[in-house]
Amino acid sequence: MANDPIHQFQISKWIPIEIGGLDLSFTNSSAFMVATVAAAGAFLFLTTSTRGLIPGRLQSVSEMSYEFVASMLRDAAGSHGMKFFPFVFSLFMFVLVANLLGLFPYFFTVTSHIIVTFALALLVIGTVVVYGFMKHGFGFLKLFVPHGVPGILVPLVVLIEVISFLSRPISLSVRLFANMLAGHITLKVFAGFVTSLSALGAVGVAGSILPLIMTVAITALEFLVAFLQAYVFAVLTCMYLNDALHPGH
Amino acid sequence: MYVTPGYAEEAAPAEGEVHTEVGVEHDAGHAKGVFPPFDGTTFASQLLWLAITFGLFYLFLKNVVLPRIGNILEVRRDRIAQDLDQAALLKSEADAAIAAYEQELAEARSKANAIGQQARDSAKADADAARKAVEAGLESKLGEAEERIASIKAAAMREVGAIAEDTATAIVQQLVGGKPDKASIAAAVKAAGE
Repeated sequence: MANDPIHQFQISKWIPIEIGGLDLSFTNSSAFMVATVAAAGAFLFLTTSTRGLIPGRLQSVSEMSYEFVASMLRDAAGSHGMKFFPFVFSLFMFVLVANLLGLFPYFFTVTSHIIVTFALALLVIGTVVVYGFMKHGFGFLKLFVPHGVPGILVPLVVLIEVISFLSRPISLSVRLFANMLAGHITLKVFAGFVTSLSALGAVGVAGSILPLIMTVAITALEFLVAFLQAYVFAVLTCMYLNDALHPGH
Repeated sequence: MYVTPGYAEEAAPAEGEVHTEVGVEHDAGHAKGVFPPFDGTTFASQLLWLAITFGLFYLFLKNVVLPRIGNILEVRRDRIAQDLDQAALLKSEADAAIAAYEQELAEARSKANAIGQQARDSAKADADAARKAVEAGLESKLGEAEERIASIKAAAMREVGAIAEDTATAIVQQLVGGKPDKASIAAAVKAAGE
């Protein structure tokens, strides 16, 4: 069990709840969602509570994350896009903190479950579609007809555009999910090599140095991936929101 | 799904039999062989709790945290802009002060020049006046002297006639004897003088 790399993704019920035949239990996944939200919310809230004119280190971190997401959104979607800022910022912080929390040993990684990432991706695409139709009516469909395409090619291009639009929630969610999953499995496998090799005696202990180094290196890589995937998720969200704001290419 | 058995096979020889058995037991017991992320029975719970936590997180950030950070940044931006404005104001004031200073300096310099010129002019005028006064004094003294010389000369000339008459009378007395006629001597002297 200790060496099973899949065990870390196991969901265990903490408080069983069942309503109308649906299993809505409070699980370890739920607990880490709460932890993610509480950690991110508390950090942002407490570090800015002094409202320092000259920020301390922690306040700087909050301000930097604010300005980082704000400039990302402004660059991708223009100043009109700023109405989605709370949404994009929440997504970025949620994914980032969930990814980072998952890096602690024995912690559950919320974003390593496809249903969570898919739900977030659907939320993004749903926002894009609903806002696009609200703002532009059927003009939103211009999104699928790029300018300057010869008449003959239009059906083909529209087909490609529709397929690419529909694949967005899938690529958005699978990218995050697969990165988290694969990273954690790799980490666990290499860490498992260390323990199983050490059990073989002196030669094994010497041989386990290599996987140990790999484990350390992959941990560092996973920190990068945790941030990068949150960033990619947020950037793509910004770009999709830009389509909702400005459907004409 | 494929990873688990594959890894179990790989890990089994290294680990020994006990561990493998535990792994298999565990797999069979908990997830019924289903890869946890694809286990549909947990989806409803995850979706519900994601909706609750993310929803609350979104509302908290939107209503509390983000306005606060935005406010902090705005206040700082305003403060910086204000400080820059003030700096610009102070700089313009300093520039104005320098300009005023230089203007006053130029005025003072021209005033000093004027005063110098005036002093020079008045000194020159004084000197001229003094020189003229001295010259006039000298002139008048010269005139007086000349007058006196003329009067002395005239007096001398007059006395020369009387002396000549006296001399002539004396000479005539000595030569001729008796008392010569005064009038004739005077006429003779006069004739000799002319």
